[in-house]
Amino acid sequence: MLFLVMKKRDKEKLIELGLAACALLTILTTAGILYVLLFEAFQFFSEVSIVDFLTDTQWTPLFADKHFGILPLLTGTLLTSFIAIMVALPIGLTIALYLNEYTSPRFKNIIKPLLEILASVPTVVYGFFALTIVTPFLQTIFPSMSGFNSLSAGFVMGIMIIPYVSSLSDDAISAVPRYIREGSLALGATRFQTAFKVIIPSASSGIIVSAILAISRAIGETMIVAIAAGQQPKLTLDPFVPIETITTYIVQVSLGDVAHNSLEYRTIFAAGIALFVFTFMLNNASYYLNKKLEKKYV
Amino acid sequence: MSNRFEKISRFKDSSFKIFGMFCTFFGLAMLAIFISSIFSEGISRISWDFITSYPSRNPAKAGILSALAGTLWIIVITALAAIPIGIGAAIYLEEFSKKSRLGKIIEINITNLAGVPSIIYGLLGLEIFGRMMGMGGSILAGSFTLALLILPIIIVATREAIKAVPSSLREASYALGASKWQTVKSTVIPSASSGIITGIIIAISRAIGEAAPLIVVGALAYVPFVPTSPTSEFTVLPIQIFNWVSRPQAAFLVNASAGIIILLGITFLLNAAAVYLRIKRTVKY
Repeated sequence: MLFLVMKKRDKEKLIELGLAACALLTILTTAGILYVLLFEAFQFFSEVSIVDFLTDTQWTPLFADKHFGILPLLTGTLLTSFIAIMVALPIGLTIALYLNEYTSPRFKNIIKPLLEILASVPTVVYGFFALTIVTPFLQTIFPSMSGFNSLSAGFVMGIMIIPYVSSLSDDAISAVPRYIREGSLALGATRFQTAFKVIIPSASSGIIVSAILAISRAIGETMIVAIAAGQQPKLTLDPFVPIETITTYIVQVSLGDVAHNSLEYRTIFAAGIALFVFTFMLNNASYYLNKKLEKKYV
Repeated sequence: MSNRFEKISRFKDSSFKIFGMFCTFFGLAMLAIFISSIFSEGISRISWDFITSYPSRNPAKAGILSALAGTLWIIVITALAAIPIGIGAAIYLEEFSKKSRLGKIIEINITNLAGVPSIIYGLLGLEIFGRMMGMGGSILAGSFTLALLILPIIIVATREAIKAVPSSLREASYALGASKWQTVKSTVIPSASSGIITGIIIAISRAIGEAAPLIVVGALAYVPFVPTSPTSEFTVLPIQIFNWVSRPQAAFLVNASAGIIILLGITFLLNAAAVYLRIKRTVKY
């Protein structure tokens, strides 16, 4: 009722406040994430020494002989992400170069939405692919390979993030001014030479941004690795054996019966904060690189 | 000598062209192989019984009724929570706080939130909604968690759509004596609507495929009932699929394939709608 009799100007002010509240909710979300992670992790670190957390080579919080070393989960996470990026970066970058330097804009406009399909498939589906199609196929080549392994999980994750790399690299490559490209071609360089000697160096910071964001995406990916990479925290770089990533561990504990306020419960927040710190650093690095990039050709 | 050098250059050039074509279709070809193998395995399992049955220990009798119902509940409440807040935030950032310091901070913050792994949102929802607000592993807790997760997608898409509205439209509205909010409500939003809807569809399709944050919030793996209220416990289609994939019996993998066909059907339909709207919109201005 009050709203109806209010003056127009006051009404406008109230609406603006409402809209501002919506925008501020995003700040609250960040604050909430930080609070939750820090609060639970603080309690965790009052029971477990942070030195053990960072240096112990075993992660066995659910066993009788408890060890809380994050290193095995971290290597598992980095191993699958590394494999994914080794698949996605060369393929995604090649796609971006090919679409910009070799094909017509019309072809590019058709291909880009098609590539986006790869990123729109739910990750639980990719996990199924990795477990039931890629692993059995790889086992015919490497018979010693385990049913759960980081190679097929990483490979499938790489396919999933191809469109991230290709579309971000494409943005960077399209931003290279025409005259630079034409100058190279006018000197008699082939499109291949132009692509690798002129375009890639000019677009390098944008390409690095795409790689960083793809790595960050891979580090936070959960369902593919939870399904296909196994649940055995092991300090290894062998891509053929089961491992466990940070994200998988959080899922594993969430599926089980762990009492709230127990140390086991807090481990998922300690693991979560390690994950958050990693992705936060990568995202910020890419954000500032991107800002620098925007300034370059103005 | 120079002739030979030129030949090598040409050869490299045309080889890279072929390699480029190969890379472009590599991912799509892989996906095609994956999907066709899933179809050949799972399509025969899809029947009315499969859609209307509860999960069961007997793979041949198990179905996705409770998972589909859970997904529907989750999506409706997530959309109800995220769409108005997302659009509101975008309007504020684009129309009211364009050059202010607060606007800049919020913008950087949203970029950051978009990069936070979905499982971290799960931890947030578990603690804030599940425990502090006492919602437990309910549909409400899951929906609010997903709403926060897709908020950055909706905000970014809405801002892009608002940015694309020509300033001439705004100025015409002001010239007719409309206030700021009247201009936003009656001119800017209607003109930006197809872009906003595209963003919403993509965000919803993302939410439908999410499993990890809901598992962390406390969604159940085995739900032999249809949720009747927002405070019910629940499961969703991706979690049901995950559950079947993790079983050792091969018969459950067939069920998982059938579930995946339905899940992919929903996400592809939504994405096709988004692409269609996007194409229609580019023609507009």
